Amino acid sequence: MEFLVAQILSGVSLGGQYALIAIGYTMVYGILRLINFAHGDVFMCAGLMMVFMCASLPVYVSIPLMLVLTVLLGFIIERAAYKPLRSAPRMSVMISAIGVSYLLQNVALYATGGQPQTYPSLPFVSGTVTILGASTHWVTVITPVLVIVLVLLLQWLINHTKIGMAMRAVAKDFETSQLMGIQINKVISVTFIIGSFLAAVGSLLYFTNYPTVIPTSGAMPGLKAFVAAVFGGIGSIPGAVIGAFIIGICETLIKGTSMTVFSDAFTFALLIVVLVVKPTGLFGEKATDKV
Amino acid sequence: MKKAIALLLALVMVFALCACGGGDKGTADNGEKVVKIGVFEPASGDSGAGGKKEMLGMQYANQETPTVEIGGETYKVELVYSDNGSDSAKAVSAASKLVNEKVSLVLGSYGSGVSIAASDTFKQAGIPAIGVTCTNPNVTAGNSHYFRICFLDPFQGTVLANYAAKELKAVKAYCLGENGNEYDQGLITFFKQAFEKAGGTVVTDSFPKDNSDFSSYLNKAKDQGCDVIFAPVSIAYSTQLVSQAASLNVAIPFLGSDTWDDNMVLQAAKGTSVQAFVSTFYAEGGNKTFDDGIKAYINGNADAKTTNGGDDTISAVTAMGYDAYYVALEALKAAGSTDPAKVMEALPGVIYDGVSGHIAFDETGDAIRDTAYIKTIDSATNTWKFVTQQKAS
Amino acid sequence: MLKAKDKEARRGNLITFAIVLVLTLVTMVLENVMSPGSLLFTVIKKGAVYSLVAVSMNLLNGFTGLFSLGQAGFMLLGAYAYAIFMIPDAARDSVYYLFEGSSIHFSFQEMFQHLFGATGFGGGVSLVLGVLVAIIFAGLIAAFFAYLIGLPVLRLKSDYLAIATLGFAEILRAIFQWQTLGKVTNGANILKGYPTFADFNITNASGKVLFRLSAVVPILLAGICIFLIVLLINSSYGRAFKAIRDDEIAAEAMGVNLAKHKSLSFVISSFFAGVSGALFAMFATTVQAKVFTSAMTYEILLIVVIGGIGSVSGSCIASFLYIACSEWWLRFLDNEAYIGAFKVPLLRNGFRMVVFSIIIMIVVLFFRKGIMGERELPDLFRKRPKKAKKNVVEEGKADE
Repeated sequence: MEFLVAQILSGVSLGGQYALIAIGYTMVYGILRLINFAHGDVFMCAGLMMVFMCASLPVYVSIPLMLVLTVLLGFIIERAAYKPLRSAPRMSVMISAIGVSYLLQNVALYATGGQPQTYPSLPFVSGTVTILGASTHWVTVITPVLVIVLVLLLQWLINHTKIGMAMRAVAKDFETSQLMGIQINKVISVTFIIGSFLAAVGSLLYFTNYPTVIPTSGAMPGLKAFVAAVFGGIGSIPGAVIGAFIIGICETLIKGTSMTVFSDAFTFALLIVVLVVKPTGLFGEKATDKV
Repeated sequence: MKKAIALLLALVMVFALCACGGGDKGTADNGEKVVKIGVFEPASGDSGAGGKKEMLGMQYANQETPTVEIGGETYKVELVYSDNGSDSAKAVSAASKLVNEKVSLVLGSYGSGVSIAASDTFKQAGIPAIGVTCTNPNVTAGNSHYFRICFLDPFQGTVLANYAAKELKAVKAYCLGENGNEYDQGLITFFKQAFEKAGGTVVTDSFPKDNSDFSSYLNKAKDQGCDVIFAPVSIAYSTQLVSQAASLNVAIPFLGSDTWDDNMVLQAAKGTSVQAFVSTFYAEGGNKTFDDGIKAYINGNADAKTTNGGDDTISAVTAMGYDAYYVALEALKAAGSTDPAKVMEALPGVIYDGVSGHIAFDETGDAIRDTAYIKTIDSATNTWKFVTQQKAS
Repeated sequence: MLKAKDKEARRGNLITFAIVLVLTLVTMVLENVMSPGSLLFTVIKKGAVYSLVAVSMNLLNGFTGLFSLGQAGFMLLGAYAYAIFMIPDAARDSVYYLFEGSSIHFSFQEMFQHLFGATGFGGGVSLVLGVLVAIIFAGLIAAFFAYLIGLPVLRLKSDYLAIATLGFAEILRAIFQWQTLGKVTNGANILKGYPTFADFNITNASGKVLFRLSAVVPILLAGICIFLIVLLINSSYGRAFKAIRDDEIAAEAMGVNLAKHKSLSFVISSFFAGVSGALFAMFATTVQAKVFTSAMTYEILLIVVIGGIGSVSGSCIASFLYIACSEWWLRFLDNEAYIGAFKVPLLRNGFRMVVFSIIIMIVVLFFRKGIMGERELPDLFRKRPKKAKKNVVEEGKADE
C-alpha cells in the first residue's frame, strides 16, 4: 500500500512536470505546426542557469532572474532560428529546431565542462513531507496544484483576452488571420514566451525533485512531454495536461514492475498506438493533414 | 561558375586531406627530446567527472616528474589528451587521434566500455595501453597490448558481496544498474553470483540512460524489504540516488563500486543520514607524501580545484592516475626506447610500488591485486571514512 | 536535342566515376605509403559508412518526401545482425561471458571456411564471402523490420511520421538492451571479435601486413550500395518516388500506388541503413546498443541537410566533410593554445562542438539548399551553353 501510494505520488509529480513542458509543445505546434525539438533543451538550460546563478546570488533573486532569462532564450530562439524560415517547408524549420537543440546541448557541455551539476535545494519545496506513510518532497504536493492554477490562468488568457483570441485565430488559419490584421510575429513570440516560462517553472520543480543537471537532461523529458501533447490531442491545453499526467503515472508504475527496461519504450509505443488508432488524440480537434 | 566552385571544393578537400595527413612532427622540439604519453580519458559525458579526476593524478605526476631517462638520454614527457566522451562510438576516433600523434603508450580509460571499443585501434597501431581504472575483464582478456593496474570486477563484485553478507549482515540485496552499460551490468552479475553463494537473495533492476527519476526504484527496494542497495552506477546517477533516497527517507544503506568514490557523492549526501559503503583502490591517508602533495597541487591551482569538484578530497582514481603515470615511466625506462613495440615488450616485466600498492602484471596483463579498500560516508564531517581492507575470500 | 543531352549526361557521369576511382586509388596508395595510424584513414572509413547511411536517409527524406527519423534504429538492427552472425564460435564464450555462452553457434565466415579452408587464399575467399553474405543479411533483417514497422506508421504524415519512427528506434534499442535476450544480443554488453575492416589487410603467415586494404574496403562497399541507390532513383520507381514527394494527390491520380511505393522506399532505405549499420560495426570494432541513439539520427539528418536534400553526391561530400571537421580539423579547438605568450581565450574541451554546431546552424539558416541543392556531381561537369540553360528554365516554367 505504502509502495503504491509512493509510486502514484511520484507519478503525479512527474506528470505535472511533463505537463508544464507539454503545454509549450502543444501551443507552438498549434500555431506553427512545428515540433519544437529545442524545447526540452530550453528546459535544461533553465536548470543550468539556476545552478550557475545560485552559486553567487541568493535564491529569491535567482528564481525571477532565471524565469526572465529563460523567457528571453525562448524568444531569441524563435526570432533567430524559426522566423527566417517562416516561408520555408515545414521540414526545414524542424531541422532548424534540431540544430538549435544540438547547439544548446553543446553550449551546455562547454559551460559545465562535462561535469554533472548539482541543483541547489530551494527553501520549503525541497523539504520532506509524509503522506499516508510514504515520504516525499513538498514539490510532489505542490506540482499538481501549481499546474492546475497555471493551466486555469492560461485558459483564461486564451479565452478571454485579445492576445488569446489572436492566438486562437492564428492556430485556426494562419493566412486568413494575417489578412485580418493580426500581427503574426507578435502572436508567435508571445506563444514562445509563455511556453518558455512554463518550461522554466517546470524545470524548477523537476530539478528540485531530481537534482542533477547534465546537458542531455532535457532530451528525454522533452520527447515524453511531446508524446503527452500528442496523446492529449495536439493543440489542446487540457489534453496535454491530462496526457502528461497519464504518461507520468504509467511511467512510474512500469518502473515499479520488473519491466523497467521498457519504461521509455512504453511511452513511444503509446504514441504510435495513439497516432495509428486515434490521430487526433484524446481531446484534439479534427485535423485534416495528419493522416 | 558552378564547375569552378566544384573544382575548387574538390581541390580544397584533397589539399586539406594531404596537408593534415603529413603534418606530424618529429620527436625533437627545440633541441629537447620529447616522449609522448597518450591520455585516453573521458572529459565529457557520463564519466566525464571521473575521467577528469583521473587525469588530475597524471597531471600532478607529470608536474612532479616532467622528465624521464630513456636509454641514457633525458626525455621530456608530454601528455597528449584525447576526450573519448564516455561514448564507445567516439572512442575509435579519439584513439586514432592518439595514434596519429605517435604516442609511445596510452593511459586509460576511466570506464571499461570505451577501453574495449578503442582496444583494436591501439592493437593495430602496435601501441600498448595501460588501463587505469577500467575494471571489466574483457579489457585485457585475449589481448597482448592492454595492461591494467587496478583490480577486476569479478574480484570487486565478490568483495562487495562478501562485505554485504558478512559485515552488513544483509540477506536480500537490490541491484540497480544503467541499462546498456557494460560496467554496471557486469559488476551486478559478479555481485549476484557471490552474494547468492553467500546465501543471500538478489533483486536486479536497470534504468534507462539519462534517467533522473529514481524514486520508483528506491521505493521498490524498500517495498521488497531489501537490506542493501547495490548500485554500481556512474557518478551522475549515484548523486541522484543519494539525494533522492534522502528525500524519500529510504534508510537502506547503499553499496557502491569504485565509481562512487567521489566528492560529488559526498556533496549530495551532505546534511542527510544516507549511508553508503564503497569499494575503492586507495584510501586517503594511505601515503602521506602523496596526500599532502596533491592537496597542495589542487589548492594551488584553480582549474584543478574545479576539476576536483571544488574541494581537495582525494579520489582513488586520482591516486590511480598518479600511479599509472609512474608505471608508464618505468616501462619507458625498461624499454630503453620510445618505440611502442619495445615498450610493449618491456611492460609485462614492470614492477612498481605505487601509492595504491604494489603493482605487477600477471600473464593476461592484469595487476596482481588482492585487496580493496572499503570506505563509508562520515556524515558528521562529510568526508570519506576508511572502514577496512577487504580481500576476496 | 535529347541525344545531345544524353551525351552530356554520360560525360558528366564518366567524369564523376573517374574522380571517385582516382580518389579510391589514391586512398589505397596513401594507406600503404603513409603511417596507417593517421586520422585521415579513420575519417575515410567513417565517412564512407556515413555516406551510405546519409544517402539511404536522403532516399527517404529527399526523394520520397517521407520524413523518417528511424535511421539509427535500422543501423542498430544491421550492426547486431552482422555482429551476432559473424563472431567466430570459439570467441563466443568470452564475448557472452555474462550469459555463459551464446545460444547461436553459427557464423557466416566459418560456414565458408568449411568450404574453402580457413587459411591462405581459401581463408581470404571465405572472409570476403562471409562478410558480403553477412552484410546482405544485416540489410535484409533491417528491411524486414522496416516492412513491419511501415505497415502502421507509413499512414502518418510529415512530423508525425518522424516522431513515430524515432519512437520505434528507441523501442528497438530497449529491446536489444534487455538482459532476458542476453543469450542472443548479449544484453548490455559489447559484442566484439567479429571481422572488421582491418581483417582485409593482406598479411603473411606470421601476421605481418603486406598490403593494406582496410580503408579501401569501406569505400568499395559503400560505393557499390550508393551506385545501386542511384540506379534505383533513376529508374521508373525513382520517378514515382519523386512524384510522391512533389504532390501525393497528383501522383496517385497518375496511377502511382502510394502505399506500395512508400513502403518500397521505406524498406529499401532501411535495407541500406542496415548495411551501413553492419559497416559501422566493422568500423567501430565493437557493437553496443547504447551508441545508436536519436542523437545519431540527428547527426545523419544534419549531414543530409548540409549536403542538400535530394542530392546523392551532396550527401556523400557532406558526410566526409562533416566527419573530417568533427573528428579531425576542428580538434585543435579542444586544446588550450598559445600564440606566443598570449593564451587564446575560450579554447577548452567542448569548444569544438560549440563552433561546429554554430556552423551547422549557419548552414541550416542561410544556405538552406546545402552544398549541392538538388543537383548531382555529374551535373556540374555538364557542358551547358547559356542559351540551352535558359531554354531548360523556360521549359520548366511552362510545365508549371
